[in-house]
Amino acid sequence: MKKSNPIHQTLTLVKKDLTLELRQQYAFYGVLLYIVSTVFVINLMMGRPDDKVWNALFWVIQLFVAVNAIAKSFMQESRGRLLYFYSLVHPRCFIAAKLIYNVILMTLMSLIALICSIAFLGNPIVNALYFIGMVLLGGISLSLLFTMLAAIAAQANHNAALMAVMGFPLIMPVLMLLANISLSAFVMVYQPGLPKMFLLLGGMDILVIALTMILFPFLWKD
Amino acid sequence: MARHWWKALAILLLLYVIIAGFTVKIPIIGTNGQSSRGLFFHVPMWICMYTMFTVSIIYSLLFLSKYDLKKDVIASSAAGVGTFFGVLGFATGTLWATYTWGGTLTDDPKQMCTAIAILIYMAYLVLRMSIHDIDKRARISAVFNIFAFALLIPLTYIIPRMVDSLHPGSATTPGFASKDTDGGMKMVLYPAFIGWTLLSVWIFSLVVRYKKLQLKNIFK
Repeated sequence: MKKSNPIHQTLTLVKKDLTLELRQQYAFYGVLLYIVSTVFVINLMMGRPDDKVWNALFWVIQLFVAVNAIAKSFMQESRGRLLYFYSLVHPRCFIAAKLIYNVILMTLMSLIALICSIAFLGNPIVNALYFIGMVLLGGISLSLLFTMLAAIAAQANHNAALMAVMGFPLIMPVLMLLANISLSAFVMVYQPGLPKMFLLLGGMDILVIALTMILFPFLWKD
Repeated sequence: MARHWWKALAILLLLYVIIAGFTVKIPIIGTNGQSSRGLFFHVPMWICMYTMFTVSIIYSLLFLSKYDLKKDVIASSAAGVGTFFGVLGFATGTLWATYTWGGTLTDDPKQMCTAIAILIYMAYLVLRMSIHDIDKRARISAVFNIFAFALLIPLTYIIPRMVDSLHPGSATTPGFASKDTDGGMKMVLYPAFIGWTLLSVWIFSLVVRYKKLQLKNIFK
């Protein structure tokens, strides 16, 4: 392994996470079951909801999927293994690898959640491509923020409840923006300030990435 | 005694603000009626909150550069006092909204975003309680505090200014600029800013002293 190149180190770590995931497949199927059962419960309770409710339910499902999928990414690292990584790579490479891996995982999960929702709750989407784009963007935004929170929660004795407590207020603005932007996919309406909201969402993503990269090394010193 | 003149100033200013705030002649505009007097209590609360949160993030940054636990005590006390003033500001705002907007909790963006911002800081306080190791608590909460402040600014300053809101200072409604505020109100409003901010600093200094006493075995 070439030790000098940070990009190479990051990619190796991503590859390691993906291989681990492909071998175990525990996290993937666990979250898959989680998505299907959640959507099915909603279907049993209210059949086929109308546009606005569908949108709200979809983003709430996404939120819980993100919490569950990303919490696992740090939970599976034991203390000893974290120490081992600490001696090998720079913390920034480590968190960058986690960010990339979580973005890949969450993109996949978002698409599965979308397919499940359409299958069980009906399809009120008019503008399909726009909504798929929104779902991917939303999945990425959620995964970025929750990666940092999972890192914080992992430091605090792997407390999953803590992640929900910290994460939900922080994620609320992102979720509000996403729900508002994606409303355009259901009915052809003119929404004032739509580009601005996109810009704000992108800005928040960049802010979160920057803060994570800067702050994670402080978090890791133990 | 020379060091305590600002506490006396705070008491005098607040006495003036409370007495004058309820008696000064204010312009009666539409549904606002007498409720405009809330301005003397509502706006200063936010100034106190921002002052405290700014102190908090500065000391969190200082903590991360030096790992001095005293800085963490200051940062956490400031966040606690700031949250307290945030809740007060939210309460006075909703009181005003009840009589002028026609609902205590409307779906107004400014109100919602502020509520979220206060929730984030409450999460910070809960996070602190959940970690028992003092050094670890200081480090993790400092990191979270920087995150919280980074989200506070877009939540309370940028988003509400972009969207339509009933709150003064948003995209479609004029703010309380110095041009369109009544002279009599300004006579009370500016002393109110100073008085309440001094009070928040006073409370903050007491909290810091109390917390340092709690941890005096560590600080020596």
